[in-house]
Amino acid sequence: MPLLDVNNISISFGGLAAVSGFSFHVEEGEIVSIIGPNGAGKTTVFNMLTGVYKPDAGSIKFDGVECNGLAPQEIVKLGIARTFQNIRLYKDMRVIENVIVGMHINQKYGFFDMLLRTKKFRTCEYESAKRAQQILEMVGLSQHTHDYAKNLPYGEQRKLEIARAIATSAKLLILDEPAAGMNTGESESLMHFIRTLKDKGFTILLIEHDMNVVMNISDRIYVLNYGKKIAEGLPEEIVSDPQVITAYLGVTKEGKDAAGD
Amino acid sequence: MKEKTMNLSNAFKSFLAFCDRWKAVIIPLLIAVAAILPQLGFSTYIIRLMCNILIYTSVGMALNLLVGYTGLVSLGNVAFFCIGAYTSAILTANCGWNFFATLPIVALTASLGGVMVGLPTLRLSGPFLSITALGFAEVIRLIAMNFMSLTNGPLGIRSIPRPNLFGLELNLFNKGFYYALLVLVLLITLFIYLLTNSKYGRALRAIKNDEIAAGLMGIRTGSYKVMAFVICSALSGIVGAFYASMIQYIEPNSFTQDNSILTLSVVVVGGMGTLRGPYLGAIILVLLPELLRGAEGLRFVIYGLALVLMMRFRPQGILGWKSPLPYKLPSPPRDAGKR
Ligand SMILES: Nc1ncnc2c1ncn2[C@@H]1O[C@H](COP(=O)(O)OP(=O)(O)O)[C@@H](O)[C@H]1O
Ligand SMILES: [Mg+2]
Repeated sequence: MPLLDVNNISISFGGLAAVSGFSFHVEEGEIVSIIGPNGAGKTTVFNMLTGVYKPDAGSIKFDGVECNGLAPQEIVKLGIARTFQNIRLYKDMRVIENVIVGMHINQKYGFFDMLLRTKKFRTCEYESAKRAQQILEMVGLSQHTHDYAKNLPYGEQRKLEIARAIATSAKLLILDEPAAGMNTGESESLMHFIRTLKDKGFTILLIEHDMNVVMNISDRIYVLNYGKKIAEGLPEEIVSDPQVITAYLGVTKEGKDAAGD
Repeated sequence: MKEKTMNLSNAFKSFLAFCDRWKAVIIPLLIAVAAILPQLGFSTYIIRLMCNILIYTSVGMALNLLVGYTGLVSLGNVAFFCIGAYTSAILTANCGWNFFATLPIVALTASLGGVMVGLPTLRLSGPFLSITALGFAEVIRLIAMNFMSLTNGPLGIRSIPRPNLFGLELNLFNKGFYYALLVLVLLITLFIYLLTNSKYGRALRAIKNDEIAAGLMGIRTGSYKVMAFVICSALSGIVGAFYASMIQYIEPNSFTQDNSILTLSVVVVGGMGTLRGPYLGAIILVLLPELLRGAEGLRFVIYGLALVLMMRFRPQGILGWKSPLPYKLPSPPRDAGKR
């Protein structure tokens, strides 16, 4: 049974069918990418997976549980955490606090533990901060632990988003264009980092524009265009798929300029 | 000119950093000063002013949780203040309850009001929420005005007794009332401190920063917003009860929108989302009108000017800032076995 099994999800905004009849699956331990021109509906798929939008039709099964219709909070608890294409950090909070917020669902103390500063409270807060430091170490942000999130350079902010998603203890990380705005060197190291995540047991679903990144790290790739799946397969199959070449690779430049995303 | 203001703001920043570093000394010192102050032979007029400062610090502290920490700008905080004042006044003046015994009931009735504003505003944001809260405050004032049998309508409630602690009446002459308020403000401050330095406070600040991202990290944003409303309203109600007992006579027009605006200004001027802000905000906003007594006509001009200058030069509030000191990591929990 795949970890994530999505069947025929569709959603439209007004008259626009943003995603129609899209099916895909992700096996445990895989890195799967969704690519496609700007406006193809990739982010919308992520929004449906995380409960931001409710699909008009179709089913989303994670770990055997139907997620369609669940609130975002419940979906995080099941084990799906995400990052955002347009960075959404808690800007006025410290870097380490951003990560600790990610642990919110696993901090189990109650109101009276908080008021009385019980052992349970102190242990939980201590363990959380310690784990946050480990996660920051892991993503390479430990020198920024005490900084405010808004003062981080752009690339580091993207890493902090990944750190925050990891902090939720999710099994499946879904990353929306994590390399956007990074230079070649930075995206190379990000690619390396995503691989290490896979080695640590995370399953990863990725949206990415940087073809270099996608072709190098993906186990499988799905291609979306105008909300419809036009191809799926191994990276080498995708690069040679004529439909993909015309629909996506051929128009990348113009598509990008026109959408201005 | 520009350089001068830069130097000034840098000097102020280092001053704040100094205060932060030495707070373990400065805070007890300030509390000691506040405790000794009323013993220096001031007139009752001055004692009353000091009590007013403590009242507005306390209620500012409560509203700060909502406005400063959670980012919900409520324009109708007087509603909860009013509910608290009436609940306590009716129970003490009409039913003969002890003041302190009324406080749990006060917290209950006021937080009921908090739920009533909090729930419908879950789907509202920004100015819509502010306006809804404002409308609610007006509804509460109209109820106080027209529910004759309970509130005595426009005639108000007279001879509200002072708090009585084991036979000792706490009033302005024996300064007992001042000390009661001092304990109140310190307890509220401690409570907000404990709350904000926990997952609860982090959740509230996450909501203020980015509500959608907060929800997607598993925070039940709706419940937390209602929680913030309930705590703010319960505390505001309790402060309102003290207020009624201080002025001893309340009527619906004791609770106009001016009160909400003043409380909000206390938070904004002092520094949103800080524990020290409401103290300074209340000192400034309670004392300013007294100092401007001679210039009645110019009072609002000066108020307006002060607020505009604030927004231009220190939008975060006078004491609002981001500490450059390292984040305080929690120390390991003490174990009986090892140290
Ligand atoms: N909330 C929304 N309301 C209306 N249209 C939307 C909304 N979200 C996405 N869309 C539309 O759906 C289409 C797909 O958008 P998106 O998923 O962001 O594309 P991608 O991430 O592939 O670039 C776009 O045409 C976009 O304008
Ligand atoms: Mg997108």
